[in-house]
Amino acid sequence: MRALFALLCGLLFGIGLTVSGMTNPAKVQNFLDIAGAWDPSLIFVMAGASLVALVGFRLAQKRQKPLFAPRFYLPAARRIDARLIGGSALFGVGWGLSGFCPGPAIAGLAWGNPQTFLFAAAMVAGMALARRFTPEAPEPAAAPAAE
Amino acid sequence: MLDLATPFTPVSATLGGMIIGLSAVVLLAANGRLAGISSIVGTLISLKAGEPRLERAAFLAGLVLGPLVVAAVRGLPDQTLVADGAVLVAAGLCVGAGTIIGSGCTSGHGVCGVARLSPRSLVATAVFVLLGAITVFVIRHLI
Repeated sequence: MRALFALLCGLLFGIGLTVSGMTNPAKVQNFLDIAGAWDPSLIFVMAGASLVALVGFRLAQKRQKPLFAPRFYLPAARRIDARLIGGSALFGVGWGLSGFCPGPAIAGLAWGNPQTFLFAAAMVAGMALARRFTPEAPEPAAAPAAE
Repeated sequence: MLDLATPFTPVSATLGGMIIGLSAVVLLAANGRLAGISSIVGTLISLKAGEPRLERAAFLAGLVLGPLVVAAVRGLPDQTLVADGAVLVAAGLCVGAGTIIGSGCTSGHGVCGVARLSPRSLVATAVFVLLGAITVFVIRHLI
């Protein structure tokens, strides 16, 4: 049942990214180009998504546990440290260079462009390198949330 | 740079965003997980035992199928790449490594974390948007 809901959520996520136009790297890069061909659409995507999630998360967490899992798996980390800032900064540079972040890079494979596959392969390689050569990050599953 | 211009589309952006938000809500309500794509991909490639691989693979399969569902209804929208070759590979390495080191990306920090009003995610989002904007300024207006 969990895999089925994961598939459904992935599908919804991919539909949302496509409808919003965020699967187009040019549109994302234009959001970041405030001094040039600025396209503020991405703000509306993030606002729409986070407002729905803000309300929906609160409703979902009124239950003791999720429908099909023993508990909620939420991040345990609280500290704002160099790792968070440095990693996010590195991500921002790659995002600006390519207009791709992980969601649109994976969903974007549906277009069948070999360049998108090249980006996704490099991204996965970067993830593997970071996992291999940096100390373990706090796992999202590590939170001792209400059992 | 004018050839790269894209129209401002607040209605479809908000609608698409709300669908993304709904996806995140259903995933938390049903499976207890946050819809952070970098974390889903990052843990799928890890060798650690006990990770719910099937769930993650199913989510990513859905993520690739999503655009095809839209395509069946009204055709695939544009996907215009803005980098190629070595720059594209370097960008991919930065995005991959950065999101693992920083524990999240636009979905995990930018949507789910912001919705949870997590101070870490608010800071992370500000940092990657700022660095993204600086990078685009440098490559489009200075170089």
